[in-house]
Amino acid sequence: MPKAMKAQEIARKVIDKEELFILDVRNQKEFADWKIEGDSVEVINVPYFDLLDGVESIMDKLPNENVLVVCAKEGSSMMVADLLEEAGVTGVSFLKGGMKAWSEYLEPVKVGDMSDGGELYQFVRLGKGCLSYMVISDGEAMVIDSNRMIQPYLDFAKEKNAKIVQVADTHLHADHISGGRALREETGAQYWLPPKDATEVQFDYNKLEDGNEITVGTTKVAAQAVYSPGHTIGSTSFIVDNKYLLTGDILFVESIGRPDLAGLAEDWVGDLRETLYSRYKELSDDLEVLPAHFANMSEVQDDGKVSAPLGELYKVNTGLNVEDEGEFRKMVTENLPPQPNAYQEIRQVNMGKLTPEEEEKREMEIGPNRCAVS
Amino acid sequence: MKVNEVLDAKGLACPMPIVKTKKAMTDLEPGHVLEIQATDRGSIADLEAWSENMGHQYLGHKEDGDVLYHYVRKSTDSENKPEKKHDQVVSNEDLEGRLNDDITVLDVREPAEYEFGHIPGAVSVPLGELDEKADEIDKDKEVYVICRTGSRSDMAAQKLAEKGYNVFNVTPGMKDWNGNVEK
Repeated sequence: MPKAMKAQEIARKVIDKEELFILDVRNQKEFADWKIEGDSVEVINVPYFDLLDGVESIMDKLPNENVLVVCAKEGSSMMVADLLEEAGVTGVSFLKGGMKAWSEYLEPVKVGDMSDGGELYQFVRLGKGCLSYMVISDGEAMVIDSNRMIQPYLDFAKEKNAKIVQVADTHLHADHISGGRALREETGAQYWLPPKDATEVQFDYNKLEDGNEITVGTTKVAAQAVYSPGHTIGSTSFIVDNKYLLTGDILFVESIGRPDLAGLAEDWVGDLRETLYSRYKELSDDLEVLPAHFANMSEVQDDGKVSAPLGELYKVNTGLNVEDEGEFRKMVTENLPPQPNAYQEIRQVNMGKLTPEEEEKREMEIGPNRCAVS
Repeated sequence: MKVNEVLDAKGLACPMPIVKTKKAMTDLEPGHVLEIQATDRGSIADLEAWSENMGHQYLGHKEDGDVLYHYVRKSTDSENKPEKKHDQVVSNEDLEGRLNDDITVLDVREPAEYEFGHIPGAVSVPLGELDEKADEIDKDKEVYVICRTGSRSDMAAQKLAEKGYNVFNVTPGMKDWNGNVEK
């Protein structure tokens, strides 16, 4: 019987660069849109409906052993996995829960210790390129840029014997549905949002403003808010423990944020430049940049973490090295990648204006993340 | 909508809607239309892609509550390489230029194909019903017959010519029609 492989196991293989051969049996359009990627991953696409009469036609494209079959939900990959096994392939497995499960899986990676003994964790959503964070200090926790699936944060906090007391979003997200409100409901935590992004939200929130200090734990681990507009007008970064800079969707490791997802690229390009070329420049070069997204697997380090020193990024990130303002304007407003799937609906959900069923939310988030200019 | 067969695949998860469709299409007569009722939303993209790979014609789908109604037509072998016989032939563009004239545009595809997109004002008479319905067509006007590829319309044009109509076959037909379409 083919083995069910969990998204978690695949995430470990991708991060550890273990060889992995994937037969993706979704239709060609979905495959072209997004797939499981990694340095050590080889993937081919043959839709399951071309294999209903058997797998003989593709046997020469497959290794004799260790093939992982994936599809959208699970059913078709199980069927094809059975066919492969009957055809003599050994070590056949299928992705449990399909690409939906892959899209939703979060891998916690430790970023580092803090001065008072607390810890900072990055939650890597490999299937979607989203990064979220948990600051843990003295029995309390803060979650920043939470994903829609809140259970992993709840479980992780419990494992660490910490109570989630603070939740914040660096900006109103357009690529994924925030778990901020759900976390507040579940834990009674404070939920912080930048008011300039929240003019249309339909629920109460704490105003996240420049200079705010949000304390986690009894000691002095503070998340210091730094107003840094550009991706959205309210975008706000956090400096944690004077060591880490959580940049939201303003600055990534290999690229910079895009200003167009709220429909105001021309208006915000100036803010984006100001943030990247002046405000951040005044901060310490030693700060470790922790973004809310990554776009390429090359941004994921060997231990699974996505980060880089701010000073380093000023040397190597091309988005930070465009001297000419006109050229910069052109770069961030023209030839942008396609906008994320259902981004307008996702913004409405995050404002509380739409309340779709869980399955619809899932559908909205399916596909790649496209928050960067690259 | 008039269809030849109906397949109930409601409540079935992928891959079953396609597995069942494949079987139903094998039993279906060429030229006939199958309605597939499904609730798996993945069936939309998959049925269309599968149909194309198999050389079937995916006409489109409608939604009613949670149920998706897909329409797939089984192609006939001759269809993809039409053998033209009727001598009066015009191009899609020629017909487009004459649409404002006092002519009859006769669409001889199946009703489901017609429903998912036809030339505004076109009269629908499926090829199989032409013999019984020919009398309803005005003999004093020029008749432009169209189908998907020019094959069924060729047969229809020949039939109508025998009955004394001044008739033109339109090629290549609706599959390459760039003009206005009504649904």
